Amino acid sequence: MRHRGNSLVYFTLVVSLVLSVFPLYWLFVVATRSNDVIGEMPPPLVPGGNLGENIRRLFGPDAEAAHFARGLVNSGIAAVSVTVSVVFFSSLAGFAFAKLRFRGRNALLIAVLATMMVPVQMGIVPLYMVMVKLGWQNQLQAVIVPFLVSAFGVFLMRQYAERAVPDELIEAARLDGCTTFGLFVRVVSPALRPGAAVLGLFTFMATWNEFLWPLAVLEADNPTVQFSLSQLATQYYTDYTLMFTGTLIATVPLLVVFVLFGRQLVSGIMDGAVRS
Amino acid sequence: MSAEAPPRPVRTSPAPAGASPASRLSRWNRFDLHGSPYVFIAPFFVLFAMFGFFPLVYTAWVSLRAWDLTGDGGFVGLGNYSRLMGDPDFWNAVLNTLGLFVLATVPQLLMALVIAALLNRPIRALLMFRLAVLAPIVTSVAAVAIVFGQLYGRDTGMVNGVLGLIGVDAIDWQASKTSSWIAVASMVNWRWTGYNALIYLAAMQAIPRDLYEAAQLDGAGAVRQFRSVTVPLIRPALVFTVVMSTIGGMQLFTEPLLFGQGDVSGGSLRQFQTVAMYMFEQSFQNFDYGYGSAIAWTIFVLTVIAGVVNALISRRLRGGTR
Repeated sequence: MRHRGNSLVYFTLVVSLVLSVFPLYWLFVVATRSNDVIGEMPPPLVPGGNLGENIRRLFGPDAEAAHFARGLVNSGIAAVSVTVSVVFFSSLAGFAFAKLRFRGRNALLIAVLATMMVPVQMGIVPLYMVMVKLGWQNQLQAVIVPFLVSAFGVFLMRQYAERAVPDELIEAARLDGCTTFGLFVRVVSPALRPGAAVLGLFTFMATWNEFLWPLAVLEADNPTVQFSLSQLATQYYTDYTLMFTGTLIATVPLLVVFVLFGRQLVSGIMDGAVRS
Repeated sequence: MSAEAPPRPVRTSPAPAGASPASRLSRWNRFDLHGSPYVFIAPFFVLFAMFGFFPLVYTAWVSLRAWDLTGDGGFVGLGNYSRLMGDPDFWNAVLNTLGLFVLATVPQLLMALVIAALLNRPIRALLMFRLAVLAPIVTSVAAVAIVFGQLYGRDTGMVNGVLGLIGVDAIDWQASKTSSWIAVASMVNWRWTGYNALIYLAAMQAIPRDLYEAAQLDGAGAVRQFRSVTVPLIRPALVFTVVMSTIGGMQLFTEPLLFGQGDVSGGSLRQFQTVAMYMFEQSFQNFDYGYGSAIAWTIFVLTVIAGVVNALISRRLRGGTR
């Protein structure tokens, strides 16, 4: 009885594991093959040897309209700048909200929480008009500057700082004559590092994957990587291996992050959930 | 260092007047103590005001004007909104969005609940399962849409291939509302189930063991324990995921867009055009900024209403008892 119950558990889990991972595996398989295999029944389930050729085509004249290399570089720059900025400003503000006393603290914290409910995406029409005023259409900073801070980040770091930074440590540093910023640099940031790592992971992923806004403000010749992908999917939608190779390359940086930091990601999501 | 700064209590209310000499150093100290919190939080508020709050307010203003590519055509009051109320394409998009939301959220959260309950048992290779269910979240929406778009292809897709094996005729997934909704919703389900499962799992692990022991003593079986102990106690996590799914669902854009090869009208009969796509179409294809802004505000209001309603419903969730 107990034994049968257990095999049902494992069966269900293995099925969900396969369903979770299969589309990613399929992405890899198609990217390593040629267009002939599309639609074969039964479908090919082992990788082929065409990946190099497909990558050459992706960056060559075959897929010119997608500007894929440009998209990769742009997304790299945008994701790194946004991540660094969000982590820094969120840690700073999170520390202030958790550990410093100042007038209006609670009201301002509630304001931060309220802004989390505001779907920034819905403001893209006027945001676009702002960009026109600034002359930033089709400029990379248009997909960076509006995202340099994040309400979610401030909230996350505040929750983290509350637990991770002992008050006695702050008081001791104060007695030693530390300025508040010195306190932040020397005492607080080391303690915040694990939380900051999780926030950084989330931010990097979100920026790398951002789609609607780049589509609105950038042009096809200066895209982000997701924009490039949509160009591939629109202009070459019959050339599946090309689309899949692009998708694979665009996913690799995230998969690397996932393999290196998957554990932290799991515990980050679970930590945040317990607190919220 | 410590000799210069007199030891003072860290969190005091402003020092009593005349207590300390107004030297430059102590003025700096006072600023450091009372001013730096504001300096620390200022970047967030300044940038958010510019790129988050201002656009939202400005959207409301633009939505009251006839504003298109030729420029600002002046104040039209609620004209854009009344036009919206009589616009069948808009209501079609609302219907699609709500239908997709239900199809994408209900199975997703139920599956997440089951997976979390299973992962909460003492099983082998726990981390591997956790990582595996989370893998979809690192994939970009565009990537999901491209891979699933191929899997749902009419002639060459694997889904039809498998259905063909059991004798089902090839389905043109894009052709009808029902089939396209199922296809698009499955992308959302695939991407978010594992994430929600981990959130539930975390909440479940915080439940004290002795509650289950007590329930067991009362003769409650596994299913009954799940309904009467687990579900009520993870209610905050349930509310959180429902609200987050609502916000995401009302803004659904990329999956249906790429499912239709980048066509912002969502199929030849607009069978899977969402409100976000309709806003994009009106603003950036027809360049009707005033009308697009009215749609944006309507979506915002819809999101808030749906979020509050869903939060209230899930807050009332009780396990079988009481």
